[in-house]
Amino acid sequence: MSKSDKKSFVRPEVVAFLAGLVFALGLGLAGMTRPGKVIAFLDFFGDWDPSLAFVMGGGVVVYTLLFRRVVKREQPVADVRFRLPTRSEIDWKLVTGAALFGVGWGLGGFCPGPALTSLIPGGTDAMIFVASMLTGMGLFRLWDWRKQQKQEVCAG
Amino acid sequence: METFTPIASLTGGIIIGLASVAFMLFNGRILGISGIVGGLVDLPEAQERNWRLLFVLGLVLGGIAFWSVQPSAFEMTVQRSPVALIAAGLLVGFGTRLGSGCTSGHGICGLSRFSKRSLVSVLTFMAAGAITVFIVNHVLGGSL
Repeated sequence: MSKSDKKSFVRPEVVAFLAGLVFALGLGLAGMTRPGKVIAFLDFFGDWDPSLAFVMGGGVVVYTLLFRRVVKREQPVADVRFRLPTRSEIDWKLVTGAALFGVGWGLGGFCPGPALTSLIPGGTDAMIFVASMLTGMGLFRLWDWRKQQKQEVCAG
Repeated sequence: METFTPIASLTGGIIIGLASVAFMLFNGRILGISGIVGGLVDLPEAQERNWRLLFVLGLVLGGIAFWSVQPSAFEMTVQRSPVALIAAGLLVGFGTRLGSGCTSGHGICGLSRFSKRSLVSVLTFMAAGAITVFIVNHVLGGSL
């Protein structure tokens, strides 16, 4: 058994659960689970609330400082290799997807993490949003799958 | 009107950053909510499914825990009809998958890795969000 195949005693499922738990507390403390606060942050021409810039600032500084030390390791603690994004091209999907997301974010004041964190505390509003978000993700999967099928037919 | 909360928001941001970088240290993956949840919607096999389910469970339970100490953190202070929420949810779900990420994956992890794709994504969704809020708040009167 080579060194890179060694299994850790830390279960990635447990890490995922704890990361979700801590992430939710961070979101709540930061104010991200108040749709009105998110909308106030995006309202540059109204009563602008710059608080959420501090959320991203704090997160980015911490991640930037620690990320490079982390990925210098041969492998992560609970898995056999790091899985980092490799794409670098700016294509229409990236830009259109971000634009659609931004419109939805501005409409509802929810992005995916805070929406799931609010699932129970946020009542029916959050539940309707989460159900629709999952549906939107499913529709993307369907659209992407049909597109691939068409390409295969053309290639064949 | 929302009050300015720089200390709480900065602290929350630091906690979010620590959870994200710990996820990279232990699991070797980008902590991107839309990618994790979208990977569930794609109905993967058990090995790819369980950790994603547990992450989402952690988020939901963490929300309930925070709610029990600070219920005001979840106040819905804006008026949104079910139709507006459905439209918003569909756009966020489809858009984050098409654009390979949201506020966490592109915003926190991507910007920190100096990814050009993430920078373009963040600038685009911020601008689209700001334009949308401008129209809703200053053209349509604030409610939907």
